Amino acid sequence: MRPFTQHEGLMVSLDRANVDTDLIIPKQFLKSIRRTGFGPNLFDEIRYLDPYSAAEPEKERRPDPEFPLNQDRFKGASVLLARENFGCGSSREHAVWALDQFGIRSVIAPSFADIFKNNSFKSGLLPIEMPASVVDAWFETIAQGTNVTVAIDLKEERLTDSEGGEFSFAIDPFRRHCLLNDLDDIGITLQSSDRISEFEAQHQAKFPWLFREASL
Amino acid sequence: MAKTLYDKLWDSHLVEQREDGSALLYIDRHLLHEVTSPQAFEGLDLASRAPHRISANIAVPDHNVSTDPAERAMPGYSGVDDATSRLQLETLDTNCDRFGIPLIDLADNRQGIVHVMGPEQGATLPGMTIVCGDSHTATHGAFGSLAHGIGTSEVEHVLATQCLLTRKMKNFRIRIEGEVAAGVTAKDLALAVIGQIGTAGATGCALEFAGSAVRDLSMEGRMTLCNMAIEAGARVGMVAVDEKTLEYVAGRPMAPTGDEWDRALAFWNTLYSDPGAHFDVDIELDATVIKPHVTWGTSPEMVVSINDSVPTLDANASESQRKGYERALEYMGLRGGEPISSIAVDMVFIGSCTNARIEDMRAAAEVVKGRKKAANVERALVVPGSGLVKRQAEEEGLDQIFINAGLEWRSPGCSMCLAMNADRLEPGKRCASTSNRNFEGRQGAGGRTHLVSPAMAAAAAIAGHFVNPAQLEAVS
Repeated sequence: MRPFTQHEGLMVSLDRANVDTDLIIPKQFLKSIRRTGFGPNLFDEIRYLDPYSAAEPEKERRPDPEFPLNQDRFKGASVLLARENFGCGSSREHAVWALDQFGIRSVIAPSFADIFKNNSFKSGLLPIEMPASVVDAWFETIAQGTNVTVAIDLKEERLTDSEGGEFSFAIDPFRRHCLLNDLDDIGITLQSSDRISEFEAQHQAKFPWLFREASL
Repeated sequence: MAKTLYDKLWDSHLVEQREDGSALLYIDRHLLHEVTSPQAFEGLDLASRAPHRISANIAVPDHNVSTDPAERAMPGYSGVDDATSRLQLETLDTNCDRFGIPLIDLADNRQGIVHVMGPEQGATLPGMTIVCGDSHTATHGAFGSLAHGIGTSEVEHVLATQCLLTRKMKNFRIRIEGEVAAGVTAKDLALAVIGQIGTAGATGCALEFAGSAVRDLSMEGRMTLCNMAIEAGARVGMVAVDEKTLEYVAGRPMAPTGDEWDRALAFWNTLYSDPGAHFDVDIELDATVIKPHVTWGTSPEMVVSINDSVPTLDANASESQRKGYERALEYMGLRGGEPISSIAVDMVFIGSCTNARIEDMRAAAEVVKGRKKAANVERALVVPGSGLVKRQAEEEGLDQIFINAGLEWRSPGCSMCLAMNADRLEPGKRCASTSNRNFEGRQGAGGRTHLVSPAMAAAAAIAGHFVNPAQLEAVS
């Protein structure tokens, strides 16, 4: 995992509600057994004019100039501004990996789907929920041709934008603690090993049928 | 204090509750497949960790397998043309072998979609916590269990610690009361619920389905309903344990027997929401007015009944809603006001973890029996959910009914629900599908998906367009 403390970056806006993980990373890229290499195929089906060909994966494809991530004004953007229920659908963590590997460090939306939000913390991608009115105003500013840069301070849970706006946000305290201190979930849980073993022994005494060898 | 079903399942698996709201939940069963596990095993390797409790795990390949019977008849993975897919399938075998994880391999008759296989084998039992790196893990909640979809990092976490690091969700109950009309299935109830509360309606909640219409459903139907909880935003869908649950579980290969069965029953019979238990959200739907449903757009909440037309835009819609509505119509190649029954289909897909159980096969077969596929329907795939469903269907002669009607009888797998394998929609093609997601590109880039029940998909295969199965002309 990558820690997250502070980040300043350009916002790129994707004006659709219910962006699902199939759209973020289509299924043909889930055949990989690796954790890396997903960045070029982020939003693949709406990012390129030419469809992906499995037979020629390295083939150069024309970027769709209408798609925000391809536009010069958003070059180097690292904060994705999105609409409600971002990341709905499949549990594929590949969606988070694709965003991260493209260079997105934070997604700001009025709401997120549960599994996506949970997955994003594991790669140090910060999902920030902001009121719809604030998100609307940023969409409006960007649509009118003004780029917006935001500075995110996770420790203080504060966000300032290049328009002079200042906002607070809230992140699950445990997740915030992990991101700030670069703590890995498994490492933390293993600190409770004794408690887990104790629970497991009681659980087995109560529900012995759950502990039979799989009779395959 | 009165508890909900979710409260009871949570409390009986809570290892540690922390002050910051995070908690460790003990996991009884972990199901794995080839797509979301390789990076988790790699993570274990890199940290030199071993699975905490081998017997909690079962793996099966399903997402990326071929469903072509000829390819499946070839030894090992020699029938898999695509080298990347072959490597992914081989990697599951290798990882299971190296880490000692029990595996139902592709040649095994019990292989199938992980959410069909689990209940069939009794790997899914009431009162369990069950996780899998797949959002449709909610399916298993039909047994009064707490079943979560998880990401790959969590797959690794569960392998290493037997726990899920999580926090308690809210309690949401939907009571569906009354008797459904003939031809209305669990799928229609699921779509009606999603149409009512929206795709984010139950985000952050554990969703319990209750009411007489839910109790009336078979276990297969309850699995269909819980399966689609995630399409309403809930990671978890659940139904309380009753006689039907116990009847389904009894005698399954991994179900307890003898004294243990009696002990299990004593626990399982407590798995319901107590009268007076608190729900953060509690709503009721009238089952008697629900009709067969068809989605018209690119989100499961864009759904109407078979008698309706593609909706026109609400006059009060916001700018964002207008854009979403117009984009969906353009993608789907439809106009507002077009009657659903006038929409012609190019393909039909009957399968997926939502609708590929024996009851689904029977419902589809009943509709196509003695009839022929419409000429405009290019292909109609019937993909049983597991080898055991396939065998049972063949014993009942359903395969011949499908084949005689011009439908294809395939081998088990996830198939065209997510189209990772060769079963997919071509751009612009329209499909009546019994799967769970009608997102843009879900069944193939540019493909147009309409979600329906197995009977509705079968009827569309025969009529060439959407039609209430009850209104198909009598077989001469």
